[in-house]
Amino acid sequence: MHRIITNEELAPGVHRLVIDAPLIAKARKPGQFVIVRLDQGHERIPLTIADGDAAAGTITLVIQAMGHGTKAIVATPAGGAIRDVAGPLGAPTHLLEQGHAVCVGGGVGTAVVHPIAQALHRAGVRVTSIIGGRDRPRVIYHDELARLGTVQVCTDDGSWGRKGLVTEALAELCVADKPAIVYAVGPVPMMQAVANTTKPHGIATVVSLNPVMVDGTGMCGGCRVTVGGQVRFACVDGPEFDGHQVDFAELRSRLGTYRAFEAQPCADGACKARKAADQILQQQQQ
Amino acid sequence: MPLSPKERLAIQRQAVPAQDPVARAANFDEVNLGYSTALAQLEAERCLQCKNAKCITGCPVSVNIPRFIDFVAKGDLPGAANSLMADNCLPAVTGRVCPQESQCESQCVRAVKGTSVAIGALERFVADWAREHDADTAAKAPPSGKRVAVVGSGPGGLTAAGELARLGHDVTVFEAFHTAGGVLVYGIPEFRLPKAIVGKEVERLQALGVKLQLNAIVGRTFSVDELRRTHDAIFIAVGAGLPQFMNVPGENLKGVYSANEYLTRVNLMGAWNADSRTPVLKGGRVVVVGGGNVAMDAVRTAKRLGATEAIIAYRRGKEELPARLEEVHHAEEEGIRFELLVAPTRVEGNAEGWVTGLSCQRMRLGQPDASGRRKPEVIPGSDFTIACDLVVSAIGTRANPLLTQTCPELTLNKWGNVVVDQDLMSSIPGVFAGGDIVRGAATVILAMGDGKTAAKRIDAWLRRP
Repeated sequence: MHRIITNEELAPGVHRLVIDAPLIAKARKPGQFVIVRLDQGHERIPLTIADGDAAAGTITLVIQAMGHGTKAIVATPAGGAIRDVAGPLGAPTHLLEQGHAVCVGGGVGTAVVHPIAQALHRAGVRVTSIIGGRDRPRVIYHDELARLGTVQVCTDDGSWGRKGLVTEALAELCVADKPAIVYAVGPVPMMQAVANTTKPHGIATVVSLNPVMVDGTGMCGGCRVTVGGQVRFACVDGPEFDGHQVDFAELRSRLGTYRAFEAQPCADGACKARKAADQILQQQQQ
Repeated sequence: MPLSPKERLAIQRQAVPAQDPVARAANFDEVNLGYSTALAQLEAERCLQCKNAKCITGCPVSVNIPRFIDFVAKGDLPGAANSLMADNCLPAVTGRVCPQESQCESQCVRAVKGTSVAIGALERFVADWAREHDADTAAKAPPSGKRVAVVGSGPGGLTAAGELARLGHDVTVFEAFHTAGGVLVYGIPEFRLPKAIVGKEVERLQALGVKLQLNAIVGRTFSVDELRRTHDAIFIAVGAGLPQFMNVPGENLKGVYSANEYLTRVNLMGAWNADSRTPVLKGGRVVVVGGGNVAMDAVRTAKRLGATEAIIAYRRGKEELPARLEEVHHAEEEGIRFELLVAPTRVEGNAEGWVTGLSCQRMRLGQPDASGRRKPEVIPGSDFTIACDLVVSAIGTRANPLLTQTCPELTLNKWGNVVVDQDLMSSIPGVFAGGDIVRGAATVILAMGDGKTAAKRIDAWLRRP
């Protein structure tokens, strides 16, 4: 049993949970994830670790309530417990050692890019974060990232920072202050758009994928993705891959495997963000 | 009055009662119903009590078969239980899943002229009686003060843990999943091995003092080095969990599963139960590629989940099917279609990325290959497509590199299996290994045999002067 220490709503439908997980807090590295199961009969859900405190024995998870499983987790108040937390899983982020790195976060993905920015900052790398959301309430982790470097905020409605998508800000930065590497975490169309943006500039781009997964230890193969023409398992070979090599179309198709089983359509914000990113993609492809 | 050999020889092999094929193809209840006491006793009387019992040599864990069968024949079931469980710590499992026809039963003298004693069915009968009567009287040695870590809670790990606990050691089993049992819970379906039985076996080990740490991934949550610092010996039994795919185009279409994923969703995650929240694709026409026990489990599962047609596609012939005879027989009874001597060339899909069929070529058997089996050869121009909605790849698994990758001192062979000496010790002193991570994908009983051997060798190593 893993006690929930705090549970706060960061943005509509997005919760930050700090939970007891001393072994994972000690072992975890940036880019790694856990698989949680709220209780018996519930699904196993992969969630990237947003932060951790080895001394306190806690990890931080940022969860967007989308389906049954995630809704049940965020509805569990502080003092409650999560039955199973397995991890840390996946290969740690391959971190740049010096120079300038850009961390791009879209929606709940911003929480996932945070530990990467943290580790880069600690290593002495200059970090610029570009984070986005539909509107001001949906932009998360601004203050945490601001402690690690410059932050540019983009919102669809212009209610905070720049009006527009993160890729527009990124495209300008690629010219004005070219980074050595870009780390992007967010909805699949956003990550694909980021990869398309950086490719002409020859900037290394790392994306963190979250395909359908059961065990997280390489056993089921459900999370297979094609990267550079090779089949890889996101749980053990990833979750981070070279964004210029990922077959995003296949990934998006496979993510739809269980759409018919999802009783509810996806959270409003997420769908709109995806639609907006899709538009950018179409423009890029034209 | 004991029967004369002639009287024993006159008794016919007693069939194990089973659920009706039509009824069972629509439920997940156990197929075999097991012997009644009367049937078991009658079958036990068929055993000739050979002085030089060859059946024992056919058993990977050397169960003293005539001894426990003699107790059954005499109606002394507590005696039978003690006798059996002294040799085999998971008899309810092996009685259900062992390929007896190629092991103990193949050595039975009665098989020479007629049919062997139904050793597997008798083993299952005694194990079930023992479980229902809480009849585990295995003695436990005084505490040794030594700590042993067992990595993996499949058949190899559980056997080693039980044996080591009986030898007085302080044992902790580390399991990556949220439930103990390994392949016994995620792989083998409910209708062949009810999960309550595995749960009971795990409880029995816990009662012996074995500790269980779930959700613990050695190689990630802890390193092997960390375990070495806190334990006097380690037994690695992480299995061969990495699924192999067919390596044909279209394999990443929606509707292509590894058998591991398909069976894990249905078994461990409970998708067989209509109330489960775990989604699994079902219905329609399902093709399972492969001919082993896992393939039979997958295809029979598909049938039970409502497939309009459930088909096995295997590249050799019926004689070569590696599955247990009983599974093939049960599958046939349940209406599984066998497409033999076919090899997949491509998974066909539609514009939305869903599977629509499996294209194959017909094969014929040529000369024996390195494994001694006749090598399948393509018949040119024999391409055809089986229309289907789901393809399950059950063509084997390889060593999972998760642990071994993070422990470079561990010597591996070219397939990624751990190399061990005759004492099952790896290249690291005090770190032993067994089961599929050493052998490559094999059977439950061979893993258990390794667990039993490893426990003896670990005990000797811990008590070395």
